[in-house]
Amino acid sequence: MSAGATADRTLRGRVAVVGIGETDYYRHGASPDPEFKLALKAILTACGDAGIDPRDIDGFASYSEERSEPSRLASALGTRRLRAATMQWGGGGGGCCAAVANAAASIVAGLADCVVVFRSLAQGQFGRFGQTTGIDTISGEKAYLMPYGVLAPPQRFAMRVRRYMHEHGVSQEALRAIALASYHHAQANPRAVMYGKPLDAAKYDASRWIAEPFHLYDCCMENDGAAALVLVPAERAGEFRNKPAYLLGAAIGSGYRAGAIPHNSPHYASAGFETVAADLYAMAGLGPPDVGVVQCYENFTGGVVMALAEHGFFAPEEANDYLAFDNLIAPSGRLPLNTSGGNLAECYMHGFELVLEAVRQVRGTSTSQAKRSDVAMVIGGPMVTPVSNLLLGSEATL
Amino acid sequence: MSGDAGRTYLPQGLPIPVAEADGLSAPYWQGLRQSRLLVQRCRHCATWQFGPEWICHQCHALDPDWTEIEPHGRIFSWERVWHPSHAALRQHGPYLAVLVEIPHAGGIRMIGNLLGDPAQVVSIGAAVEGVFEHHSHPERPYSLLHWRLSSVH
Repeated sequence: MSAGATADRTLRGRVAVVGIGETDYYRHGASPDPEFKLALKAILTACGDAGIDPRDIDGFASYSEERSEPSRLASALGTRRLRAATMQWGGGGGGCCAAVANAAASIVAGLADCVVVFRSLAQGQFGRFGQTTGIDTISGEKAYLMPYGVLAPPQRFAMRVRRYMHEHGVSQEALRAIALASYHHAQANPRAVMYGKPLDAAKYDASRWIAEPFHLYDCCMENDGAAALVLVPAERAGEFRNKPAYLLGAAIGSGYRAGAIPHNSPHYASAGFETVAADLYAMAGLGPPDVGVVQCYENFTGGVVMALAEHGFFAPEEANDYLAFDNLIAPSGRLPLNTSGGNLAECYMHGFELVLEAVRQVRGTSTSQAKRSDVAMVIGGPMVTPVSNLLLGSEATL
Repeated sequence: MSGDAGRTYLPQGLPIPVAEADGLSAPYWQGLRQSRLLVQRCRHCATWQFGPEWICHQCHALDPDWTEIEPHGRIFSWERVWHPSHAALRQHGPYLAVLVEIPHAGGIRMIGNLLGDPAQVVSIGAAVEGVFEHHSHPERPYSLLHWRLSSVH
């Protein structure tokens, strides 16, 4: 056990997710509602799922410069008081699990009792991540990239993935299998934006390049919507109507000089989880064989390859064998992956849809239920810093 | 070692690089204007550092010196970009960006475009040399550093 995870200093088994909710998911710019209203709708749905009065929420947690801010939410909902308001710095979708960890830490430390963790996005209202027109001058990291056409996330991550493929002999087919698994699971999920829009290998191969080695289907969508969950102390988990999903562990961070710009991190061909995966397993007291199902943030499929390897599911040199379609699908694949369709095919809710799906797996209510779902992992956005991850489990895993 | 005046690898209209308000990277951008590549090297412990920072990450001496280096290195990674993420690139077609490692400066890396045929086969490890590209913008002239495959190895 690491020094940071002594018996007293842990989140293991201390908090539980008792409610989840999301809005309808839309193509980017297609939401009929503004962003803040989406956030409210998701929060009300999550409270309804738990069976709690939204006025009892006493904290909010989010990430990635979320715009629906806690004081406005608390006022709009008429919560009796506000006791925790945490925002994870940096990392974009890398913070989707960190937001849960920060909320959990607030509860375990006695700062709050009922924290909503959420993310809302309306790109029609606020603009897309994938377009960069309208910037006149640029400073800092992007100054070393954008004048060379390294503008949006696909271009900012392709070289990292190319280097990883070069170092470890990872094939394009390994990336493809991840895309196919997400689309396969989305076909069973009526919430999914790509529901009814299947993908096969030939369609993947024929799709246009965005930035080599990323085809169109290696890249996440951009979407509008909101998703939320309700977190309470474990002692209260039995008071609510649904089966609780307990937090078994969570970790946040990155390794040595991961943030050295531009593209100067010593361990460049990495998703950034070397230290963070070890911290997660140490807190949970679990290892890769204990994990039955994984939701892993696909900004790009190549990041999923790295992230899964760094969590010990296979060695990088085994990626081509392990990352085969049949291994990645529910119910009986070796490691069912992104069982709601994930960022590629359910909704790019900046990874928060993955956290909700892990809760569904533990509850047994996924539209693509894994055979082993007592311990469900979420891996936040890879290749950024800080990254984060978490493990959820049923009461039996405590 | 200098690009042709008036011809640039990518179309005009992309974001223009400027130093931060606190001036951290100003020597780098000023160096490029003079076709010189300046990077940081700590005067106390000789550690190379790029991008710049106000402190040496190795020994914590403040304000690392700026040192001129020869612009050549090896391709560490690359990408061929097809999708235009900016209006200026919409009719342009594919282009190549490379991450170049500079072994004689502690292995620091920098990104630029790889000149030549955008359809060319790119090899990680290939030797490249720098090509300065000067942009005579009326208010904000600036210079970039591109790369081409080395003629001598």
